[in-house]
Amino acid sequence: MLQQIIDRRLSGKNKSIGNRERFLRRYRGQIRDAVRRAISGRNIRDLERGEDITLPKRDVSEPVFGHGPGGNREYVHPGNQEYLKGDRIKRPPGGGGGGQGSGEAGDSGEGEDDFVFKLTREEFMQVFFDDLALPHLIRTQLAEVPEWKSHRAGFKSDGNPSSLHVVRSMRGALARRIALGGEDRVALLRMQTELLQLRAEPGAHEPPLADRIADLEAQIIELRRTAKHIPYIDPIDLRYRNRVRVPVPSAKAVMFCLMDVSGSMDEARKDMSKRFFMLLYLFLTRHYEKIDLVFLRHHTQAQEVSEEEFFHATETGGTVVSSALVLMDEIIRARYPSGEWNIYGAQASDGDNWHQDSGRCRQMLEESILPMVRYYAYVQVADAEQNLWQEYAQLEGVRPNFAMRKVASAQDIYPVFRELFKKEGAPA
Amino acid sequence: MSETSELPVTSSPGRAAEPLPSPSDWTFDLIETYHQEIRKTAESFRLDTYPIQLEIITAEQMMDAYASVGMPVIYRHWSYGKQFISTEKNYRRGAMGLAYEIVINSDPCIAYLMEENTMAMQALVIAHAAYGHNSFFKGNYLFRMWTDASSIIDYLVYARNYINECEERHGVDAVEELLDSCHALMNYGVDRYRRPQKRSLAQEISQRAEREHHLQQQVNDLWRTLPRRIETAAGADATRRFPAEPQENLLYFIEKNAALLEPWQREVVRIVRKVAQYFYPQRQTQVMNEGWATFWHYTLLNTMYDKGQLADGFMIEWLRSHTSVVYQPPVGHRAYSGINPYALGFAMFTELRRICEKPTEEDRRWFPDYAGTDWLTTLDHAMRNYKDESFVGQFLSPKTMRDFRLFAVRDHAEDPELEIAAIHDDNGYQALRESLSRQYDIGSREPDIQVWNVDMRGDRSLTLRHVQRNGQPLRDDTHEVLKHVTRLWGFDVRLESVDPQGRVTLRETASAPRNH
Repeated sequence: MLQQIIDRRLSGKNKSIGNRERFLRRYRGQIRDAVRRAISGRNIRDLERGEDITLPKRDVSEPVFGHGPGGNREYVHPGNQEYLKGDRIKRPPGGGGGGQGSGEAGDSGEGEDDFVFKLTREEFMQVFFDDLALPHLIRTQLAEVPEWKSHRAGFKSDGNPSSLHVVRSMRGALARRIALGGEDRVALLRMQTELLQLRAEPGAHEPPLADRIADLEAQIIELRRTAKHIPYIDPIDLRYRNRVRVPVPSAKAVMFCLMDVSGSMDEARKDMSKRFFMLLYLFLTRHYEKIDLVFLRHHTQAQEVSEEEFFHATETGGTVVSSALVLMDEIIRARYPSGEWNIYGAQASDGDNWHQDSGRCRQMLEESILPMVRYYAYVQVADAEQNLWQEYAQLEGVRPNFAMRKVASAQDIYPVFRELFKKEGAPA
Repeated sequence: MSETSELPVTSSPGRAAEPLPSPSDWTFDLIETYHQEIRKTAESFRLDTYPIQLEIITAEQMMDAYASVGMPVIYRHWSYGKQFISTEKNYRRGAMGLAYEIVINSDPCIAYLMEENTMAMQALVIAHAAYGHNSFFKGNYLFRMWTDASSIIDYLVYARNYINECEERHGVDAVEELLDSCHALMNYGVDRYRRPQKRSLAQEISQRAEREHHLQQQVNDLWRTLPRRIETAAGADATRRFPAEPQENLLYFIEKNAALLEPWQREVVRIVRKVAQYFYPQRQTQVMNEGWATFWHYTLLNTMYDKGQLADGFMIEWLRSHTSVVYQPPVGHRAYSGINPYALGFAMFTELRRICEKPTEEDRRWFPDYAGTDWLTTLDHAMRNYKDESFVGQFLSPKTMRDFRLFAVRDHAEDPELEIAAIHDDNGYQALRESLSRQYDIGSREPDIQVWNVDMRGDRSLTLRHVQRNGQPLRDDTHEVLKHVTRLWGFDVRLESVDPQGRVTLRETASAPRNH
């Protein structure tokens, strides 16, 4: 009766992917909110983790006609301990609890538990970028300043004399000579053999044998002569060592996050800054194996803090932006020698600075910080142009590793980021 | 391998010299060997089955199959995604021993064996699914009447492709909305009494175009009818209803009569209706079907053990699964969620066998027709000719009621307390049996809602009528369902509820969107 045992293990895996996608699409709005909440409660480093999403049961339920509580009904249950017919018992708490028979256990018994499920890392990132108004992230397109390292990659047939590979070249020459001289050598051998035989014959000194011997001797001399014409080494034999340059990611990078925490930086602005820093972190993780994060916050004074404090502390005061730049400069010199570290700086502020300080900021950047860093980006999370913006604007276009943009809402973060880090010469 | 195999074996005829090998890892050969032995044993019990196709799948694939209502193919819909996600979550968390069996009512009958199962579990699944469920599918009258096992897979392939095309042509959203609405009425998309024609897939497809055209024509004719005020007085005319008789199959009624549905939408309604119809027998025979399969894996494997074919360790392993499957937590227990159909069904078939083989005086009183008869014939008869409701009504024995310590609780809404209506004693057996039988009656589990009237001359609204059973009202989310009906019908939908005194109360009205 058995037809055969079919091994289906390799076919048709993930049949439910399409259905899962439809599910995610349907609840996109809620999922997006959940991801947003997750991001605000999450460390920058933890960005690429899945996330538990909770949807209210009501939202995912599929309504069907069914009986509600009320009316007269009767249910049979197993496990009677003490009851006798006619006993009257109190209604169990939860309304018709006793009235939940097997017939309805399927749907009415489940109550209002939430529907919880986990987004995978990819799905989480998808939603994260989706939220940043990003259709497809092409991270490889983003700018990078690679280190080049050259290493050997076999041989090539042209090059400069210093990279000539003698052994390889001679091996080639020998092979060529063997190949080209092959036929002649066979002929030579045949003739020499014949010559020896003829000389051994009686009557070798008389014609026709003597003529034949003379003929052979002449041919042998001619063959030996032409063999010498095969060149000992030919330009075609030359081989040069081939070296290619490959980009190597520098192993280490440090990312400075500078943020203004004066009173005007509200939660929304901090949130935008955080997302910008997250993107930067994500971007840098594609290029570097090890990334340090340094969080500097400032009002009138700057201090280095933990990430937690950076985004959540509420301390506030006036604003002196340069204090953070000075601190950054000190930290670089003390801990991150620029020969060993790829240094990135990102500064977020609403641009409201003590007016006499802004000039000093530009000067700090120009003279001290920009020469040491790979890239420095300034993001103003407010629209109004103030003196800091104006001062920084003098650097833009002049220093290639400096860029500045404004971000007005979360949707702007990714386009701005992309613009800031676009590959040179490539359209954003 | 062992020394004993070289000794001359003296045992009863038919007794195996040594048990089948039972390593925990299965191999294809070993599955084949076990299957052959199980098949022989099943044949000795005259189990009649469709040909069997065993398929090895991974846990992921099992979850896929689980999520798509157990079918190997089904059209795409978010609700299956939801199902998959929650199955996966439970499985990963270990909350759920993943179903070790899924079996498809098709010809050949497809039974899935999960890669992760041990050999003992594979044997259990083969006995349970490939011989238990399979013979039930082939024998039970409801399945014989309602499902065409040879064409279901083809039909589902057709349905998936058709819905896929619809998505491409009309957009995923439009199809999803339509399916949502159809699913809301799925339980009301079955013919309970009429029997559908069996059609092959080729016929199905060739008839589709014709059907689409013809239906649209009919619908148009229906709605073109202008009011004629000549022959009959207006009053008499107003009392004439359409449809003349109430219709229980809401989806069928909508498919044939909803004026605004596009032809492709009609076809989708039809597909959901067909799928609902296919599952209808399963919904009515859960206790019997699971009980039958459980009874047979238990009987087949024990028979093989008695013949010396199965090793002790092997027995212990599958018996462990068996006992957890047939465990019935008592009411009030943390794990209690109603009567376990596996437990009840297994107990009833086991009990029926006992009644045939070793009837007591009580059995002779209760089952005069069956006590002392040939058990195989009697079980076969029970399997073929009943559904859960009538099976319980006919075969639930006093001993089973005592074993389960069954009791009936009467719950009257206006009574602040519950009343024990019957317990497992002489006075209560009959009442308990009737009560439990009613509980399995699909007609009493689901509200009785039928198409009552269409306002042909006015606003074209559809009136559904709910006949209350024992004064039971509808659930709070009824309005949500009505919105789905509105989406399909295209005009306003009313729902009337008729109480036990025959009073009609207007319960709900859902307005159709006015944008067409």
